[in-house]
Formats: sequence, C-alpha cells, structure tokens
Amino acid sequence: MNLSLLILIPLLTAIAILFCKGLKQVRAVTLSGAVIQLFAAFFLWYAYTHERAAGNIAPMLFEDGYIWFASLNINYHVGVDGISIAMVLLTSFVVLAGILVSWHQQQMSKEFFFLLILLSLGAYGFFISLDLFTLFFFLEVAVIPKFLLIGIWGSGKKEYSAMKLALMLMGGSALVFVGLLGLYFNSNFGSTTTFDLLQIAQLHIPVEVQKVFFPFIFIGFGIFGALFPFHTWVPDGHSSAPTAASMFLAGISMKLGGYGCLRVATYLMPDAAHYYSPVIIVLATIAIIYGAFATMMQKDLKYINAYSSVSHCGFVLLGIGMLTQTAINGAVMQMVSHGLMTALFFAAIGMIYDRTHTRMAAQLGGLLKIMPFISTVFVLAGLCSLGLPGLSGFVAEVTVFMGSWQNADKLYRIATILSCASIVVTAVYILRAVGQAIMGPSPLAPLHEWRGEDAAWNEKFAAAILIIGIIAIGIAPFWLNDLITPGTQNIIHHTISTVTLK
Amino acid sequence: MTSQFFILLKFELLVAVIIFILLFIKLGSNEWKNKAVLRVVNILLLINFIAGFFMNHDGTLFGDMFRTTRLIELQKNVLNLGTLIISAQAYPWLKNHKHILEFYILLLSTLLGMFFMISGGNLLMFYLGLEISTIPLAAICNFDLEKRRSSEAAMKLIISSAFSSGLLLFGISLMYGTTGTLDFSELPQHLNGSSLQLFAFILLVAGFAFKISVVPFHLWTADVYEGSPVSVTSYLSVISKAAFLFVFISVLYNVFKPLAATWFNMLMLLSVLTMVIGNLFAIRQNNLKRFLAFSSITQMGFILVGISGSSQMGTASVIYFLLIYVFSNLGAFGVIAFVSAATGKETMDDYKGLYKTNPFLSWVLTISLFSLAGIPPTAGFFGKFFLIMAGAGKGNYVFITIAALNMIISLYYYLKVVKAMFMDANEQPIEKLSINTLPKLAMIICMSGIVSIGFIQPIYNYIYSLSFGF
Repeated sequence: MNLSLLILIPLLTAIAILFCKGLKQVRAVTLSGAVIQLFAAFFLWYAYTHERAAGNIAPMLFEDGYIWFASLNINYHVGVDGISIAMVLLTSFVVLAGILVSWHQQQMSKEFFFLLILLSLGAYGFFISLDLFTLFFFLEVAVIPKFLLIGIWGSGKKEYSAMKLALMLMGGSALVFVGLLGLYFNSNFGSTTTFDLLQIAQLHIPVEVQKVFFPFIFIGFGIFGALFPFHTWVPDGHSSAPTAASMFLAGISMKLGGYGCLRVATYLMPDAAHYYSPVIIVLATIAIIYGAFATMMQKDLKYINAYSSVSHCGFVLLGIGMLTQTAINGAVMQMVSHGLMTALFFAAIGMIYDRTHTRMAAQLGGLLKIMPFISTVFVLAGLCSLGLPGLSGFVAEVTVFMGSWQNADKLYRIATILSCASIVVTAVYILRAVGQAIMGPSPLAPLHEWRGEDAAWNEKFAAAILIIGIIAIGIAPFWLNDLITPGTQNIIHHTISTVTLK
Repeated sequence: MTSQFFILLKFELLVAVIIFILLFIKLGSNEWKNKAVLRVVNILLLINFIAGFFMNHDGTLFGDMFRTTRLIELQKNVLNLGTLIISAQAYPWLKNHKHILEFYILLLSTLLGMFFMISGGNLLMFYLGLEISTIPLAAICNFDLEKRRSSEAAMKLIISSAFSSGLLLFGISLMYGTTGTLDFSELPQHLNGSSLQLFAFILLVAGFAFKISVVPFHLWTADVYEGSPVSVTSYLSVISKAAFLFVFISVLYNVFKPLAATWFNMLMLLSVLTMVIGNLFAIRQNNLKRFLAFSSITQMGFILVGISGSSQMGTASVIYFLLIYVFSNLGAFGVIAFVSAATGKETMDDYKGLYKTNPFLSWVLTISLFSLAGIPPTAGFFGKFFLIMAGAGKGNYVFITIAALNMIISLYYYLKVVKAMFMDANEQPIEKLSINTLPKLAMIICMSGIVSIGFIQPIYNYIYSLSFGF
C-alpha cells in the first residue's frame, strides 16, 4: 500500500472543502474524506498483517520516500510498523466521530471543517514519518489549527486558552527542534549527516551527546503528552475548545507527544532513556496522582475529563519510562484506549451541553430519564476511564502495571504501587460525576418540562464508532496487542542491545 | 567585448533605462495621467524582472571594481521581484499622488545603487553604491507630502544614515591605512588581526548593523517605519535590508574570513540582543507598522544566527530565507498598505473583527504572519528551520536554544494580530473594501510564493549550489 495516500486523502479533502459552497456540501465532502481515510486505515492494517504473516520482518513496512532538500540530505520518508498503524487507526476513528459530532456546525462551517482536516493531516503525517524533518513538519502542522479552532469557535476564556495552548505546544516543538538539530549534527552517517530515523537508530550516538539532547526531545514531546509540570495547557485548552476540537485534542494531539517520546526520544537515544528513566517515572507518577486529585476538585464536566486526561496520559509516560516490553506495550495500548475513551467522553459532554447549556455537574441530574442514549454513552466512557474490565481502559492500565512490576528496583515498585492506588481516586470522581449528572433528580426546573430529543443519528453514529473501538479492545485485546508487539519488541530490543553492548 | 560589457551590466543598465524613460515622460510636454504612468511603470518593472532570468554570465568589469556571478544575479533578481510587488501594492496610494514620476525615479535610483553595491568588488565601489541607494531613500520617505510625521521620518533616516556612513567611511579609511588596499580580493591577505584592524572592522560592522537595524543600532527603525508611507516602509524593510544582508554575508565570508573567530562571537552577541530586544518591543506595539518594524528587527536576529554558521548552508539559508521573507513581509505590508490607503487605519485595534468584513485580506495577512512566525506548511517554516540549522552547525546549542525560544515569543505577537482579526469583537470594524486588481494580484503572488516555495525543491538546491562558505 502506498502510504502517501494517508496524507493525500486529507489534503485533497481540505482543498475540496475550500471550493465547496454551503454547509451541506462542506460536510458531505468532509465526511466522505474521513470515511475513505478510515477504510484506507483498515486496509493498511489488513495489508500489514498480511505482509507480516508472509514473513516480512523488516522493522518498517511500506517504506516510501522522495528527496526533498538534496543538499541537506533531508527527505520525505514514510513507513509504518504496528505502533504507527494503531495510531493511524485511532486517528481515523476520532476524526470520523469528531466530524459527525459537529454535523450542525453553522458558524463559519467551511473554515471549521478545513481546520479539522488540516489538523488530522498533521497527525497522520506525523505518525507515519520516518524522517525527523518530515516528522517535525507534521508535528507543527497539527498545532496552529488548534489555536484557531479554540479561539474562534470555543467557549469561556477561549482567547486565553488558545494562546496558552499554542505557545506551550510551540514551545515544546521548539525544544524538539533543538534536540533534532543535535541529533542531526551528531549523526555522522558515512560522511554526511542525516535526519533519517532508521539510519540514526543504526548508529550509536555518543552517550554524552544523548544525555544532552534527550531532555530536549523528551520534554518537548512531553509537553504535548501532558508531562508534569508542563500539563497546564491541557485543562484550559480542552475545556475551552468546541466539542470536536476537544475530541481531536485529547484523542489525537496528546498522542503525538506519547508517540514522539517513544519513537524519537527512547528509540534513538536508548542510553539516555535508561539514564533519565527514574526522573521520567517520578514525573509520570506525580502526573497520575496529581491529575487524579485535581480532578476530584472539578465541577465542570469538561474540566473533569481534562484533568483526568492528565492522569491517564501519565500512564503512557510511566509505561515508556519503565522500559520493559510489557510496559511499553501497555503505554501504546493506553494511548489508543485513552484516545477513544476521552473522545467519547467529550462527545457525550458536548451533546449534553448542546441540550442543557451547562456543563456543571451540580446543575445537571436525572439525565438518564430524559436522554437515555447520551447518558449511556457518558456512563460507558466513565466506566472505561475508571478501568472496568471488558473495556479498553482496564486492558491498557493492567498491562502498564504488569510491565512496571517487572522492574525490581525499589523506586519503580513504589511508583507502580502509587499509580495503582490512583485508580481508586479515579473511581471516586467518575462515579460522583456520573451520579450527579446522570442519576438522581434533576435540579433544573426547566429540565423537567424540557422535552428535548435524545441523540440524533449523527451523534449516535459518532458514539457507536468509538464505543465499538473501546469494547473491541476490551474484549479482544490480542488484536491490538498482536499489532503493536513487533513494533515495541523492535524498540525494546534496540534499547537493551545498545545498552548492554556498552 | 562590448557585448560582454552590456551583458554583465545588464541589471544596472535596465534599471537606468527605466529611470531615463520616466525622466523623459516627466520632461515631455504632455501631462500623463497617473493611471497611465502606473501601467507603464509596472510593465517596465515586469520586463526588468523577467529579463533577469536570461543571459546571465559571471565576469568582472572596470578592473575588478565591478563583479558579477550567478549568485549576485539571483540576488539582484530577488530585489527586482520585491520592487515589482511593492510597486503593484503601491497602486491605491499612488493613483492620486501628485509626484508619482519622481517617486519612481527615486525608488529606482536606490535600486540601482543597491545593484552597484552588491556587485562592488572594492570598498569604494561598495560605498558609492550605498550612498546612491541611501539618499534617494530618505527622499521618498517624505512622500506623504501633507504629513508631518513623514518629513520627520525622512529627517531621522537621513541623519542616522549619515552617521552610519560616517562610521563606515572611518572604518574604510582605517582599513586602508592598515592594509594598503581596498580591493576585496586583496584584503584577506593583508588582514593580520591587529587591534587597529579589528577596530576598523568593528566600525564597518557597525555601519552594516545600522543599515539592517541590528540592536543596538536599531533606534531609527520604528520611527522611520511608522512615519513613512507604507510602500516605502515595505521597501525599507525588505529590499534595502535584503541588499545589505547580501553584501554583508559576502563580505564577511569572503573578505574577512581571517577574522572569523572574532566575528562569530560578535554575531552571536548581536544576534541574541537583536532577537530579545526586538521581541520585547514588538510585544508592546499597537501600530501595525511599528509592530512590523520591531518584528523585522527580530527577523534580522534570526538571520544573524544563520550567518554565524559560516558554512555553505549558512549562505544558502540566508538567501533562501530572504527570498521567502520578500513574499511573507510584502504579503503583510500589502494588506496594511491597502487598508491604510483606503481607510487610514493602521492600529491593531482597528483590525479587530476584520475577518467578518474582509475575509480575503484577513487570510492574506494571517498566512503572511504565519510565514513570518515560521509555521508550516508556509515557506517561512523552511526558511527559519534552515537558518537555525545553519547556526547549529557551529555546535553552540545554548545560542540555538535561545533562538528557538525567541521564535516562540515572536509567535505570541504574531498570533495576537491573528486573534484581533478572527476572534475579537468590534463595534465598528473596517468596512468591506473592494480591492483593485494590481494589489490583489500582488497579494496572490505573495500567497502562492509562501505556499509553494518550500515544496519546490529545486529552489533551495539551486541557491545551495551557488553558495559559498568555509
């Protein structure tokens, strides 16, 4: 399969949107683009398993490249392994759901859908890039649409949040930029220097150099992935964004960070990853616990989900920091699971907000009677978040914990135990939010008389897509596990072999 | 031999011919209408630009006083392109101007001066070109004839230029005193790094720093930019700076190569100062011309990062960046020039809610600002990336980190303008403006340049193949 299709489809969709007239045409084009992309992603999965079954053990499949700036040895180079495919599938699920949720976007619909597609273009490109220049290019492509999406269509203190998010994320990418330059100029591949990820992985970059540039890249990507203490953009950004943008932000953008930490920082600088691993573990544990307790204090449903995202994304970084095969598997699963689950959560909150015009848990209540479908979706997302067996959250978190426990070191054990304990806190805030908003009597007088409809077809579809993903992973985790294992094996094998060689 | 003479002097001769044509029109008995003049001038400039692509040869003239290479021709053509775009954008302002012919004659004289300056093979020739370019420039700063601020700007420019010329001349004479030559090709052999030579060198760099408004020699910039007509401001900030940078980089790399260790540290210091102070001042501006003035100071800081790389990548990246800078800065100035000519409004508050009434202008300004900030997929991303990358080749990563963080600060104020246009509410936004063909065309050219340059890979490779470094 030609991987550039994954970039071309959104690009063509975006261009087509520019020539559309009226909401109907725009959303028809956007939807068809997203559906085609979903099929392409599934086909990629199929082709990949087929190829692996045929015995192809190359670390990256379907490689494709063009020379971009020949004189600087910068190329457009793409290729995928199981991890990339999992992220691409996640992105296409979330994009489709996000578009369906914003089906009735009236105000400046053309610009809105254009920016959504541009954002997804950046994400797709990022996940399949094998050249650090291309990767960085797509990373930044995915940032600025968020600024406009939040600033124009957002709610609350949207300008502040949009600016904060854009500056923090661009700050992160500036750090990544410095780190990438460091890698480039220290990659003496033959006589030339290179940005090529696979080539750099083959080299052994001096440990001293790794120690200097690992923090740049890890913190840079960590800002995207809500690394403590750089997580502050998460709550503001998520809560001010329009529904689809929140879904994209939590479901896709934060995954850029986790993926980058894994693929670029850990994979290319294994020695430094081992060296800094305790720091990562400590920061991730703080994020998990702090995020959970901060969520307890929130009253706004969107803030609840945003802070819980900080906590959940902590598991991703924890898994990466543990540097065992199982833990990294868990980290990738957690990325997928969290992407689907938060997107679902934000979709449900958006639907509730559209109908009741409030997001305060205390002002809501008894929603289950009025809108059973939406309430069920909300409850399901909540249960997934607190790690109910049978849903994806449980699978991912348990895998992370199992992998973490394999590290016999005392610090690592303590971190694992503390992170496990945070699940209890998660249960408290989720159950409380569900109890306040969904069950019980309705405190709002108008709500009693209100005969609003339940979810419309587009919202049902959007929720269904995400729920299918969550349940599929929950019931049959081996699908996802088999997909990503060769990729994580490759990474872990690489880190261990280079470290023991020394 | 004679044909060789004409071919090597092609750029200068063409501009001189245009100047003479305009002079004859001025002196002729018929009074020309402004619109007719504009049409003729723009067609002539277009011919001038297109002619720049043909019959390019390397060579020297007048006993090495004048030299030309493919790279110099490319640089001259970048300037030609910028002048053409500025001329097209000046349409709404000039169509009712009383002294339109004088404006163009002076404008083209400065261009001619810059061409001689870029081609100069000798410090004297360089100085001659510089003066031809500076004095008419001060005159056209004064072309908003009924505005006092415009005369003030002209006065400030001429005084500070005279001062910087004085420094430059002092430096040149000391340089002559210590080396006994003014020839670029002979100077390097006579440089031994004695303290008098270093002093002369510092004076020379200060002269350059004035012209490209590097901190601490930037104080004239904001006032002059604000007072001058927008078209002149854009000319000052793009064409004039680009020309001086072309010369600066060539002089540093080729002539003062023996002093490289010295000027690397100087450039680093100047660059950090320029980026930080330019940024801090730009944040506080409300007038968009002043704002772009300070933001262009910051951009100079980034360019110095690239120059400090002193490699082939450095030269190529600086020229590539300047090519992109022509498009991005002129895109931004084009919108401001147009709105200013149509409504007289120039502050950020006036631009609030612009998107509701003028979506096209808002998108042009937004994309230009994104390109200035270096956000992909605009060309500015590639330009900035390569500049900083060239600087990183020296291995000083503290410096590079400072540069990268300054990019974020600059992003903040560029986004502030975008926020004003798209997100802020305004009771009385600028009314819907209908855009004349020529300025619209110029904006579309800028946009297509911004969107496409990064993806047309031969451009960078071509520049790189012509570049020099050590």
